[in-house]
Amino acid sequence: MTMKKIINNPDQIVDEMLNGLVYAYDSIVERIPETMVVHRKHEKNGKVGLVSGGGSGHEPAHAGFVGQGMLSSAVAGQVFTSPTPDQVLEGIKAADEGEGVLLVIKNYTGDVLNFDMAKDLAELEDIEVESIVVDDDIAVEDSTFTAGKRGVAGTVLVHKILGAAAEEGLSLKEIKALADKVVPNIASIGLALNPATNPEVGKPGFKLEEDEIEFGIGIHGEPGYRREKLQPSKDLAKELVTQLKKTCDWSSGDQYAVLVNGMGATPLMEQFVFMNDVKHLLADDEGLDLAFRKVGDYMTAIDMAGISLTLLKIEDAKWLEYLNAPAKVIGW
Amino acid sequence: MVEIDALKKWIELFGEAVTENKETLNQLDSDIGDGDHGSNMTRGAAAVKEKVSEADYDNLSDFFKDVGMTLVSKVGGASGPLYGSAFISMAKQAKESDDIASLIEAGLEGVQKRGKAETGEKTMIDVWSPVASALKEDKLTSDLIQDSVENTKEMKATKGRASYLGDRSVGHIDPGAQSSAYLFESLLKAGVLNG
Repeated sequence: MTMKKIINNPDQIVDEMLNGLVYAYDSIVERIPETMVVHRKHEKNGKVGLVSGGGSGHEPAHAGFVGQGMLSSAVAGQVFTSPTPDQVLEGIKAADEGEGVLLVIKNYTGDVLNFDMAKDLAELEDIEVESIVVDDDIAVEDSTFTAGKRGVAGTVLVHKILGAAAEEGLSLKEIKALADKVVPNIASIGLALNPATNPEVGKPGFKLEEDEIEFGIGIHGEPGYRREKLQPSKDLAKELVTQLKKTCDWSSGDQYAVLVNGMGATPLMEQFVFMNDVKHLLADDEGLDLAFRKVGDYMTAIDMAGISLTLLKIEDAKWLEYLNAPAKVIGW
Repeated sequence: MVEIDALKKWIELFGEAVTENKETLNQLDSDIGDGDHGSNMTRGAAAVKEKVSEADYDNLSDFFKDVGMTLVSKVGGASGPLYGSAFISMAKQAKESDDIASLIEAGLEGVQKRGKAETGEKTMIDVWSPVASALKEDKLTSDLIQDSVENTKEMKATKGRASYLGDRSVGHIDPGAQSSAYLFESLLKAGVLNG
């Protein structure tokens, strides 16, 4: 089967995508010349820099979250491949406003390795750097590209909260402490209806039967924990909520932020249907206070059809304030 | 005391070795990884050659830093940061000493810090570590290098992508250990140790 995509040369896809993105939103972002770094345009004002990034194919993550109130810069790797340390270093240098830089890393072996090395390189250039590794996917441990749990859509909530905190003027130390508190309170889990096709590979990353879905799938198509026949949205939501409950161990009245995330080829219509089911299960049946809600494509997997559900337990009212703070970015 | 020219020769020979053995490395990597180690190292070696062959260096540290940063930016995957860390760690050490044994020892520490692996885990460290020890006693030989590579065959991978295979990784030579062997064979051939 031929790959049906709006592309030119698969080798140029990331470069061309970044150029299109910064052209379309040139009031918000710019590309650092000769790099894979998208940087925010607003004036530097002596605040802590926030840098994230990773393999491409997860748009709007991460460049779509660059701007005032979220990331200072985002570093794009090849499709589903971590950016190299020299590129991350460029992102750090662009983000540095003299108060240090915090790296938000999704928990994949390559990302951790490359970002860690960039951190060392930045320190050689006298830039103070801290990092946080997000590992919110509760579906499986030790996956194709990961030791431990994978980092998925919950990362976007981390961008938002830390970005608002940086904008408020918190120090690097304070933001690192905040990150350490927020990340363990995030849990995500996803499912897929159809696999993604990496344009650099040219064929689907895995195979599902016509009437089959897979629970617990990763954002690079990594295996989940169970395959079943397709079922109504409310039953899919029920399964994901049941898994999340095992980890979150909530009580009625607990306050949560909820993110329903499309994986790339799931229509918003279906995402809203799913959110409606999540509302019934979590707010009506479980009695949770879903104080912050988002639906849409935030952390995609190219053209995978599927959805993920992320919950963040709001342990501090300040977190909710940060989630609701204004952000001048493309994708929030 | 090592000479820059000898070091350049070393890195050049290493580049030739990985390029000639590109398919071997890819095949080793296909057996227990994602199959691109030879291609990645070949790309990196070509970039390093372009970077350092015409450049003039006043000191060892700048040379090693250029090698390290080029590998980091061009090799990618896990090998880029691992080899890159080795050479950048050597660049730091070169400010203190120009003794090759202490430089390789520093390189080993760089790889260990980055990869968080110990000996016996079926990685490039299983070549770097015995080589570093042998260099301290001025006893590095081609046989020792070959034996170190062969030893990785019976090890079970617990780090890196090969670790997903668990017991199935046994019976295969680790590709990173093999490319490291080319690195140290080249060190012998370049005459770095004769100085």
